[in-house]
Amino acid sequence: MADKKLIEDIVMQVLTEMGFDGISAADTEKITEAVIESNKAETLTDITSKESKAKPLLKNPEDMDALVRMKSKTPARIGVGRAGGRLNTQTMLTLRADHAAAKDAVFTDVSSDVLDRLGLFTVTTKCCDKNTFLTRPDLGRSFSDETLAEIRSKCRANPDVQVYLSDGLSSTAINANAEKILPAIIDGLMSRGITVGTPFFVRFGRVGAQDVIAGALGAKVVCVLIGERPGLATAESMSAYIAYDVKVGMPEARRTVVSNIHKGGIAAVEAGAYIAELIEKILKEKKSGVDLAG
Amino acid sequence: MQSIVSVGIDIGTSTTQVVFSRISMENTAGYFSVPHVSIVEKEVVYKSEIYTTPLKTRSLIDGDAIRVIVEAEYKRAGFSPADIGTGAVIITGESARKENSEVVLKGLSGFAGEFVVSTAGPDLEAIIAGKGSGAASYSDEHSVTVANLDIGGGTSNIALFDCGDAVSKGCVDIGGRLVTVDSDMTVTYISESAERIAKSVRADIRQGRKTSFEDLKQLCGGMAELLEQLLGAGERTELLGLIKTPGSSDFVISKPIRAVCFSGGVADYIYGTERDRLVHGDIGVLLGEAIRNSRLFSEFKVVKASETIRATVVGAGTYTTSVSGSTVDYTEGLFPLKNIPVLRLSESEQKKCFDGDGTVLEERLRWFLSQSDSDNVVIGMRGEPDPSFTEVKRLAQTIASAADSVLPRGIPVILVLECDIAKAVGRQMKEYLNNSRPVISIDSVKVSQDDYVDMGRPLMDGLVIPVVVKTLIFG
Repeated sequence: MADKKLIEDIVMQVLTEMGFDGISAADTEKITEAVIESNKAETLTDITSKESKAKPLLKNPEDMDALVRMKSKTPARIGVGRAGGRLNTQTMLTLRADHAAAKDAVFTDVSSDVLDRLGLFTVTTKCCDKNTFLTRPDLGRSFSDETLAEIRSKCRANPDVQVYLSDGLSSTAINANAEKILPAIIDGLMSRGITVGTPFFVRFGRVGAQDVIAGALGAKVVCVLIGERPGLATAESMSAYIAYDVKVGMPEARRTVVSNIHKGGIAAVEAGAYIAELIEKILKEKKSGVDLAG
Repeated sequence: MQSIVSVGIDIGTSTTQVVFSRISMENTAGYFSVPHVSIVEKEVVYKSEIYTTPLKTRSLIDGDAIRVIVEAEYKRAGFSPADIGTGAVIITGESARKENSEVVLKGLSGFAGEFVVSTAGPDLEAIIAGKGSGAASYSDEHSVTVANLDIGGGTSNIALFDCGDAVSKGCVDIGGRLVTVDSDMTVTYISESAERIAKSVRADIRQGRKTSFEDLKQLCGGMAELLEQLLGAGERTELLGLIKTPGSSDFVISKPIRAVCFSGGVADYIYGTERDRLVHGDIGVLLGEAIRNSRLFSEFKVVKASETIRATVVGAGTYTTSVSGSTVDYTEGLFPLKNIPVLRLSESEQKKCFDGDGTVLEERLRWFLSQSDSDNVVIGMRGEPDPSFTEVKRLAQTIASAADSVLPRGIPVILVLECDIAKAVGRQMKEYLNNSRPVISIDSVKVSQDDYVDMGRPLMDGLVIPVVVKTLIFG
């Protein structure tokens, strides 16, 4: 009960400051219990939770049921009411909390626990920190010679498919989805008799890094699972960029994209099963992106 | 975009009709997303004449005559059974209670097209009519409760829609042809329920005897009053319980009704007028007038139906087919599959399966198959929205192994989920069974215990499976 200890300390401090001396330990204990109890009654709701966001804040709507239903169909902030020309305090706070989650998604790092559990090693692009990564997209697409050599030495060469993870603009997305999607894809590919390269993690990576990686490893198809730029609706959305016979400088139209992978979009396991099938098709048709769709 | 032709055939108490619709589906997801195929348009392309349902005797439908009608309508519409992608034959009202209704229905659905389902039952009929009349979509678009009353020759089917979903349904024996009279006002037929109602309102209407215009009006007033009771605009009486159609549900007003919509043959005389009140030699016109003057019109907002007498047939032809989710998995060459009974897992049974314990499922499957005529079974469950890969794998193996130990050789494991995870689960079931048994795993379809499921040939390059979830009263 670290919390209790903390509260007790504060109680003691306040009492001392107020000039109450020589209060017995039993009394302090009683006061602490009372403080804890009084705080229990007012449990704070998480205003960023789905349940909280589903509740209309608008006072006296014409048709509450209809409003609830409309809100269930969109993550947009409708039915929130207003205070004069401004947002209500709760709406304002929710916006700021969501914005903070989005910023966090960009600035945090992918959890090393997640990477360890998946057994992935980490390489870094030419970016030395987040600021460089954000301001120099070109560096997020390239590797030093040493890094490329490391990738070559640790990975299986010339696989049919090279799958890897990258933080991109949302580390949160990788933390939320990687463990669900990666085994689903690899399992789906291997059971189809497709050879899969050694997966790893690229820090400070942009989509274009996949061109360099595919070249270095001689993979026919490369698939990166990368965090999408977070918005105010979700910070957990991941995309898969898949391309056949990749060349550095090839047109972007040759990439096949599967986006919106998160618990409010397509479930990561289901996306994984779909991507495995999609890659099989790409290998068979020997094309990807717009060429494949046509 | 791909479109299929859907047929609807309705054999009602007094009329038989055929409609053909074109159902178009499209991948509505953007280029950068997992595909999402949905039905984007439904268009009725041909409506048949409205035929009097041919009868051999009062208790036998003339199946041959119906077949002649239907074949001629296919020809006139320019379709052959091979062109028909889906559809439904529905036998409704008193026709469903004729001795040979099941035989007639089976014969017709066989002719009508490979994936044309046959269905019956007053509850289903009520919902189909409410969809065909436009009541369901009005309720959806306006986010209100709408009760649809489909008043035909023999029965009035009622369905309550809340924001587009059917939340309650029922059926009573009130209809326009429950009393027929000849030109000199001699009663040629009066049904049991009409007799009861007539007695309660002291209207003198007896079989073979002359009656008066006033008596018939009196009877229709009584019928309208019973409908008021049914919708909660009046206190329910014992009589209302007595005229409930056998096999139908109790109509429960779970949420206050805001609007009503009328369909069925009688609806034309509710929304419009007819000078010759005995034009059909029955009480249809008078019943329509009585309803128009009743509290149903003063207490509720009245929504105009987009289809009246054709509501059921349009509903059957257009609204029975849906499509599965677009990420599914199945063994090729199994479709179409018809009349597969559903074994629905409860939340706790589903949890056991997720936890890797298949004993309960195995037991239920064994019992279910021993009770059922069918070798096939659909395992229906909710699923979980965002499971881990390990959970999916364990679930798939548990279900596949339980089903494999119970189902006869060569019979597919069929799983129908609500949550969009069928492709992942199906893939794992396939891997576990290693081609020893076919697998079908689809999602975004809700099935309940006692439902039956029909699945058509895959559409849109195999992305989706057309699905009809229905109830059967026969067999």
